[in-house]
Amino acid sequence: MRWFWIDRFDEFVRNRHAVAVKNVSLAEEHLHDHFPGAALMPNSLIVEGMAQTAGLLVADAIDYNRRVVLAKVAGAEFHFDAVPGDTIRFRAEILDLKPAGSFTKVSSTVDERLQGEAELFFAHLEPGEGVPKLFEPDELLKWLDQMHIYDIGRDESGQPLQRPDW
Amino acid sequence: MPSRDEIFEKVKTALVDALGVDDDEVTPGATMVGDLGAESIDFLDIVFRLEKSFGIKIPRGELFPEDVLSSTEFVSNGKVNAAGLAALKARMPFYDLTKFEQNPSVQNFPNMLTVEDMVRYVQSKVGG
Repeated sequence: MRWFWIDRFDEFVRNRHAVAVKNVSLAEEHLHDHFPGAALMPNSLIVEGMAQTAGLLVADAIDYNRRVVLAKVAGAEFHFDAVPGDTIRFRAEILDLKPAGSFTKVSSTVDERLQGEAELFFAHLEPGEGVPKLFEPDELLKWLDQMHIYDIGRDESGQPLQRPDW
Repeated sequence: MPSRDEIFEKVKTALVDALGVDDDEVTPGATMVGDLGAESIDFLDIVFRLEKSFGIKIPRGELFPEDVLSSTEFVSNGKVNAAGLAALKARMPFYDLTKFEQNPSVQNFPNMLTVEDMVRYVQSKVGG
C-alpha cells in the first residue's frame, strides 16, 4: 500500500487554490478493518488527503525550495462519513504564505455536500541539519505528472503552469 | 482607533482559536507558554490570526528578537547582559521585562511572554 490519499487534481491555480479528488473503493486495504462489514473512510486519512492537496499547492507556490510539512491541524470538523463508492473532492485555499510557514483552509465534499473542513498549517523546512534531503526530483515529478498538475495547472495570470525541468 | 478592551477581546479570540483554550483561561497575566501551552508552531498560527484580525503585518523578529537573543554582544553564558536588556527594552517597549530581568536566561525568554504583552504589542501596531 502506498501513501497516496488523492488520486488526481482537477483544478490548480498557483498560489491560490486547488481541487483534487479521491475515490473511495472497497478494494482499499485500510477499509477492510474499518470496519468489517461496514466500511467507512477514516476522517484521519481524509485529513491526510486535505494535507496532500494543500501541501502540494503550497510547495508549488514556493517552487519546492523548502520541505513542506504538515505542522498543525486546527478546527477539523466532519459532518458525515465517506463510504466506498463515494468520490471525495478536496478544495484547498492558501490563506497566507510566509517564508517560515503557511496557513490553508481545506474542505472535503461528497456529491456537493460538505463532508469536512479544516485549517491546516504547514512549516517550511530548509534543507540542512536535521532535515533529510528534500526529494529525488524525478520521483516528485512522476507524482506531479500522475496528479495531472501540469495538464490543468495555471499560474495567477491564467497562463499554463510550466512543468519544471529538474 | 480600537480601545484596549476591544483589542483584548480580539486577541483573546485569536488565542482561543489557535490554542484551543477556554475563554476564561485567557487572562492578562497568563503566560503564553506556561499557562496557555503555546508551542512554536502555535506562535505562527497566532501571528497569522492577529494579522488577519487587525489588518497589521507582524514581521518575524518583531515579537521574538532572535538577533538580540543569539548575539554574543548581548548574551553571556546563556544570559542576556545589561546591554542586551537595554536593547530589548528599546526594541520592544510593549514587553514588561521586569520578571525576565530577575532571571534573564535566553531559554527563559519565550516563557515570560504574557497575554498582556501581546495586547500591548498589538496596541503599538494599531495605535490604540
